[in-house]
Amino acid sequence: MTGLISLAIVGPLVAAACSLALRSQPLGRDIAVLAGLGSAALASHIMLVNVARDGTHTVAVGGWAPELGIVLVADLFAALILPVALTIIFVVEIFAIGQRRTVWAANPQLSGPLLCVLTSGVSLAFLTGDLFTLFVAFELILVSSYVLLTHQGNRSQVSSGMTYVVMNLLASTLFLFGVAFVYTATGTVNMALLAERIPQLDTGVRLGIGAWFLVVFGTKAAVFPLFSWLPDSYPTAPTTITAVFAGLLTKVGIYSMIRFHNLMGMEDLGPIMLLVAALTMVVGVLGALAQSDVKRILSFHVISQIGYMFMGLSLFTVAGTAGAILFLIHHMPVKAVLFLVGGLIENHEGSSSLDRSGGLAAREPLVAVMFAIPALSLAGIPPFSGFVAKLAVVSAAVDQGGAVVVVAALVAGGLTLQSMAKIWNEVFWGRRADGPRPSPAPRRGRRTMHAATALAVAGTLMVALFAGTLLDLSTDAAESLRNPASYIAAVRP
Amino acid sequence: MSTALLLAIGGLTAVGLYLLTGRSLSRIVLGYSLLGHATVVALITAGGPAGWPPIAGQAAPEDMSNPLPQALTLTAIVISFGLTLFLLALARRQRTLSGDDLVEDDLEDRRIAAVESGPTEPEDPAAT
Repeated sequence: MTGLISLAIVGPLVAAACSLALRSQPLGRDIAVLAGLGSAALASHIMLVNVARDGTHTVAVGGWAPELGIVLVADLFAALILPVALTIIFVVEIFAIGQRRTVWAANPQLSGPLLCVLTSGVSLAFLTGDLFTLFVAFELILVSSYVLLTHQGNRSQVSSGMTYVVMNLLASTLFLFGVAFVYTATGTVNMALLAERIPQLDTGVRLGIGAWFLVVFGTKAAVFPLFSWLPDSYPTAPTTITAVFAGLLTKVGIYSMIRFHNLMGMEDLGPIMLLVAALTMVVGVLGALAQSDVKRILSFHVISQIGYMFMGLSLFTVAGTAGAILFLIHHMPVKAVLFLVGGLIENHEGSSSLDRSGGLAAREPLVAVMFAIPALSLAGIPPFSGFVAKLAVVSAAVDQGGAVVVVAALVAGGLTLQSMAKIWNEVFWGRRADGPRPSPAPRRGRRTMHAATALAVAGTLMVALFAGTLLDLSTDAAESLRNPASYIAAVRP
Repeated sequence: MSTALLLAIGGLTAVGLYLLTGRSLSRIVLGYSLLGHATVVALITAGGPAGWPPIAGQAAPEDMSNPLPQALTLTAIVISFGLTLFLLALARRQRTLSGDDLVEDDLEDRRIAAVESGPTEPEDPAAT
């Protein structure tokens, strides 16, 4: 188990170093990247099986006591989210290999190694047991994301990249201040010890820390009103990069909030958070309706969907947290697939703009199907995974009597469907505008891209198929988050 | 906790935030560096009063400084150093592309402004 946890974090880092060393040899470089990402994904799946069977496993790095050293904790929550995240990155990298030689492709010499560093950061963020290592993991993710976002250095990337970089630097600075506050108040940064000590603090100090970290993680997660950096920066990056960012980055923020605010007992912030959740859902989807580019529409939906997870978290009940966890599991693959399909549209139509595309359903029926399934799932139509996840979150809110937020969730769901129908009408039906278009990917590359997308679509269907099992696991994970005693006991035996 | 240190943290943060709201990226770099210093001082202050170097056998444990925040601080310094360099690279790139290092208008705002001012003023992303 210790080996698996280490492999998920260190494996991709080693692969990043190897692929940088092999950067002039395309085959060796790709093998190194795929081996690193694949082994980490495989390790995380085995980890899930082990944790579901044997319970939480902890690793004290270097054998230090939890007060002093870094502790890695593979509890059910981490073990449940990690395989989803790492599998997505692996599939996206396969797509990226197919997308080479088109004008939309990322520079493979840079994007492969950086994606590996990002993967390592994601693993560390999910598995870490202390607040400062979480900061380091965030920085690992962000530093590689800064470079991935701007590495082509064209005008729109640099100008929107600046907003992204400055906004996230500010959030990171606030995070460090937060660590200093927490350390001053409690004398530790270990989450298990914090879960014991923070609830004993004065109400003012306790809620101050909770609100501070709400801003920090909320900026990373792009909740209302801290989302403005997202829709400007995400669409400018190459599709594969946007797919990883949209699938994972904001979710790391939500993950951290679910862990931190539940373990530290921040129930008093619940009502304000519910209001923020409702606004995030509605404002995000309204933003999406105003757009006329597939990638920009999907970027606004990232924000709207974050609202649902935030709503599940804000209820501070077992059912609500379980719903938020299930929503995370559903949302990460669905969002990544939609961006991959956006990449396919770009490849076939020469642009992701709604005005310039049309009639794709007749020419590429497979792409149409691969768009329809995740799009209906995003809108929450049965029998797809989005329906199950939304049902779990909304019914948890109904149990708590949160009428306003339930209405907001249902309105946002309806508008999401309308926005998806808009993409369908403009891209897959209708008529194609004339004009010069960049040449699409060669036949072999196209086949790889289709295969990777189909694999990811199959993954979203698996989430729907095993929704019952996943909800049971999510409920178990939520129970241990709501009652931190078991988490504390696992870290301090 | 020393008042002087608290004032230093507050001052650095205030100046840093002010510079960060500027439009020129070189100001933002300076602002970010100052904010980085503020967090470093805050982390050190969080470790309690200063004492002897935390080396085993050289002083009694209760007279030593707290080494943990110092370790955290070192990590934070390294990260903020790297990011400052990245920001400078970004500023240079922006200068090559547009001749200055100013943060550009929000794309969305520009688009909405173009829509509201009516069809007489055509939307031309290359000109702005």
